[in-house]
Amino acid sequence: MLALYSNPKWLSVVRGAVAPLSKTLGFPEMQCRSITRAVDEALTNIVRHSYGNRLDQPIAMYFRRAQRRHDGQVQQGLEILLCDRGPAVDPCKLQGRPLDEIRPGGLGLHFIRQAMDTVEFTRKGPTNRLRLVKYVAQGNSVL
Amino acid sequence: MQISTRRNGKITIFDLSGDIDFANSPRVRDSVLREIRESLTPRVLVNLSQVRYIDSSGVASLVEGLKASRDLGLRFILFGLSTSAREVLQLSRLMKVFEVYENEEQAMAS
Repeated sequence: MLALYSNPKWLSVVRGAVAPLSKTLGFPEMQCRSITRAVDEALTNIVRHSYGNRLDQPIAMYFRRAQRRHDGQVQQGLEILLCDRGPAVDPCKLQGRPLDEIRPGGLGLHFIRQAMDTVEFTRKGPTNRLRLVKYVAQGNSVL
Repeated sequence: MQISTRRNGKITIFDLSGDIDFANSPRVRDSVLREIRESLTPRVLVNLSQVRYIDSSGVASLVEGLKASRDLGLRFILFGLSTSAREVLQLSRLMKVFEVYENEEQAMAS
């Protein structure tokens, strides 16, 4: 578990933790980068949209092993849960913008969805919970 | 993250390095837009070869630089894309929106 505040200065620290964690779990380099990018973008969204750029709000991150049956085989993975206490998020706003529009912004959700096998947003009591899961390709897992 | 600016005749060159994320992309955006509007050189080059990481807000800063340049009739050119920069531009489907060159020599000669 990692507890931090909503100050963007912590983004690099989290990237510095997620990248080697992904590598240790057996993800190939490219997926390590995409998982790290997804977590970074998710945290940025919390800072910007959930907390309105306030720097002192709590964020909790949980990392644990995930497992699923896929094509008749058990597949191991990494589950990352990000929790914040901002206002409830309208799920309709979690779609991202069309990529054929050339304008700044709105790309973070695409990066998250591209990287992860599961992207689930739920609200539990006063907490927004974003669950991200990525599974390791067969044969690569060291879990 | 470091950002420095060079001038080579009628070309402005930005050298970006390190990690560009939400903590510092506003600085990239402000520096690039200010320099574009003040120098008004016909070509603006951005060196991304030393960028270890760039997020969506960094990409947004580059898009703003492109738009500001186009509005002023200038060319906005990227070169030396690092692995991270190339990946996010491909994911964003922006590789064909920007002028992209392999290295500074090619960008200067373009």
